This record gives sequence, structure tokens and C-alpha cells, in this order.
Amino acid sequence: MSFLSCPFPALVCNPFGLARDGIYGLLAAIVPEPLPTVALTVLGIAMLIAIIALTVMSQVWVERRAVAFLQERLGPNRVGPAGVLQSVADVLKLLLKEDLIPFKADRATFVVAPLVVLVPSLSVWSLIPWGPGLAIADVNVGILLVLAIGSFTTLGILAAGWASANKYSLLGGMRVAAQLISYEVPLVVSALVPVLWAGTASLQGIIESQATVWNVFVLPVGPIAFLVFLIAGIAEVNRSPFDLPEAESEIVAGFHTEYSGMRFALFFLAEYSNSLAIGALAAVLFLGGWQGPILPPYVWLFFKAYAVFLILVWIRGTLPRLRYDQLMHFGWKVALPISLVTLGATAVLVSAVQGTAA
Amino acid sequence: MVASFGPVALAVAIATVFGLLPLFLSGIIVPKKPDSVKNATYECGVETIGPTYIQFRTPYYLYALLFVIFDVEAVFLFPWAVAYRQLGLFALAEVAIFIGLLLVGYAYAWRKKAFEWT
Repeated sequence: MSFLSCPFPALVCNPFGLARDGIYGLLAAIVPEPLPTVALTVLGIAMLIAIIALTVMSQVWVERRAVAFLQERLGPNRVGPAGVLQSVADVLKLLLKEDLIPFKADRATFVVAPLVVLVPSLSVWSLIPWGPGLAIADVNVGILLVLAIGSFTTLGILAAGWASANKYSLLGGMRVAAQLISYEVPLVVSALVPVLWAGTASLQGIIESQATVWNVFVLPVGPIAFLVFLIAGIAEVNRSPFDLPEAESEIVAGFHTEYSGMRFALFFLAEYSNSLAIGALAAVLFLGGWQGPILPPYVWLFFKAYAVFLILVWIRGTLPRLRYDQLMHFGWKVALPISLVTLGATAVLVSAVQGTAA
Repeated sequence: MVASFGPVALAVAIATVFGLLPLFLSGIIVPKKPDSVKNATYECGVETIGPTYIQFRTPYYLYALLFVIFDVEAVFLFPWAVAYRQLGLFALAEVAIFIGLLLVGYAYAWRKKAFEWT
């Protein structure tokens, strides 16, 4: 554990540690136990969600500027210095827009769908460890729970497409359902590779197993599993080149064609939060999580997650959209067999390198 | 149990509140002037012909069936992956048989062109 212990004063590793102890002491004096713990957890989650929401605003700006740069355009550069306040202006605008619900739409489903997409995408963050002991929830089946919560998004998007009572939306919803379930399998199987290597499904355990070598450098299976995970992850968050569900040249805007105002904004918040979460998950599973020299752990995790997000942006700016049959073909005939073979090879590698009983 | 999974449940609750808050806030301040043109399906576009809820292509459901098989398999693989080092090569053989059985079905679906999108 020597490498894993924080190389800084406790305050740098956990900037809220001092405030946490202070608030806990104060509350414990007034109210009996579980309450102070619950109150602190609520505070922690609220702060985390606020940080993610702010990060999403930065992501939107970074993505628009980066894609503009790749395509030799200017991108947003008017609101604030270099356009940094563009996202703020967008949020304010969407906040003031009328919330249209088509008369033919299934009202209840239409209204709830954005929340069904948003809530899992934010809840997932409670399981991501930001440093040694710095996670809202440290669950021993962490990776399984992250994937389980994350897959609820499919349900919300399908509900949104169906409830809109619009053929384009319905097509988008159906496409999303088929696409997400197709790429769920390679995603989960390639996420099994680090689990197998570490011998634990806890996210902290997986990070600790990478103290000397990151999983992505465990040859020969690491890079392949990472690549499959990244491709399946891009498909899971419906980003280009796998953004068939919202292919504007074919089906307008897919499942969110009929959405406006704040509900539309919630879909976008969820999409960018999911993109960063895939980055964080890739960092945890393959890139050593919060481990790194000099800088504090949470900075490392944030950097790694953001770096993966930037790769996603780069891919979006470079590659054209796939055709639907190509998408399904790749998911089932290429990604799935590769991930299964990688898993088998990892099992053999674990036996050979780490040794197994019997 | 509660100590480790409780925070996740709390996170779900707080995320719900976080989603409802801006909806509530914008619900107070936004204009509300619905009319039959503005709230029509695909407003400002060409009206769609016929009912929206039509029958869908069966390949979508084939994918759903295949997904159920492989996702259940993946869930079964998690406990195996965690306990693999204690179980040893016997478990590897068992899992190879388990996946092998599924691969027969996979090969069958492939031969029957379930993955073709024509």
C-alpha cells in the first residue's frame, strides 16, 4: 500500500477532509448517528453533481471549439473571452424557452423520459473513486453496479422516442435500443478483463491492482480490451461515429426531435455527463484510475477522464457517421468475438502469470 | 449493506431532485401559449402520413433476444472473474463449456443471417 498512500498532506489528498470532520463533529453533538453521516453524504453528492454540471458546461464549449478547429471553422467566440460563456448563455436561453409537449404525445411518458435519462447518468458518479477513500460509495460489486445503472439510460431514450408520437423520434428510439443492447455486450465483456486481472469487482480494488502496471499495458490483452471498451463506450453514449439515433441527415434529431427548453437541456446534460463517465470508467479500468505522480489523485482522475473525452471529440471531428447495418455488423461480428477471445486469453494469462489454485 | 449501497440510493434521489429543480424553475418563468399548430407533431415540418405506432421490423427483436442471452452470460461471468484465482483451471474449463454452448447459438444466429440488415 506504500504507493497507494497519499504522498501529500491529508488536506491535498482530500480537500474536504477538514471541513468534513468539522461538520461531522458539529452535527454529532446535536443529532444521533446515522443522521450526521447521511447529512455529509448528501452534501458530498450535491457537491459532486454540481462539479459534474459545471464540467459539462466546459465540455460543451471545449467540444464546439475543438470540432470547429478540426473543421477549420471558428466555433463560438463571441460570448465572453474566446466564447467561454457560450454554454452559460445557452443554458439561460433554454431555461427561458417554452416547454412544448405535442398534443399527440403520451404526456406522462414524455415528461418523465428526460429524467430517466439524466438520473442514471449522474448517479453513476457516486461510484467513481476520486482518490484513496475518496468515493461517495465504495461497493464491492462497483463495476457491475456502474454498468447496471448506466444501462437505464436506454430505457429513457426509448421512452422519449416512443412518447413523442413522431415517426422520426420513434425510429431514433428503436435504433438507440438496438444499438445500445448490441454494444452493451462487448462493453461488459471487455470490462471483465480488468476484473479478472484484479480478482475483484470493486473499483478501488481494480485501481489498486494497477499500482505498478496500468491494465492498458498488460500485454497482449490490455490494449485490445481497452480499444474494444472505448469503441463500445462511444456507441453506448451515442456519440459520433455511432450517433445513428440522432442522425440529423436521416431522422431529424431522433429521439429528442420534439423536445424543447429545459427538457432538451437535460438530454444534453445527460449525454455529456455520460461521455465523461465513460472516460472516468476507462481511466479506472485501464488507465490506473487516480494514480499518478506529483499531482493529487482527484486531479489525475479528472485529467484522464477529460483526456478520454477529448479523444471522443477528436474522433467526432474526424470520422463520418457509420451506416446502420455497418454498426450492427461491427458490434456483433467483430467487437463481440474479439472481446470474448480477449477474455479467454486473459484467463489463461492470469493462470500463467499470477498462478491459480489447483 | 446499507452503509455501502445507501449512498448510491441517496445519489439517485439527489440526482432526481437536481433534474426536477431546473424543470420547476423554468416552469415558473417560461411562457405557456400552446396552440394547435405549434404543438402539432413535427411542427414546421411535413406532416407524417398514417399512424405513428406501426409494426416494426423483426430484426430489432432478434437483437433483443440475442442480447438477453449474452448479457445474462456476462452477468454470470462476473462472479467467475472475481473468484477465478481461487477456483483455478477447472473453473476455466467450466466457463469454456458455458461460453461454448452459447457460441453454438451464436453461430446458428450468424448462419441464419440474424446479423444481416437487409
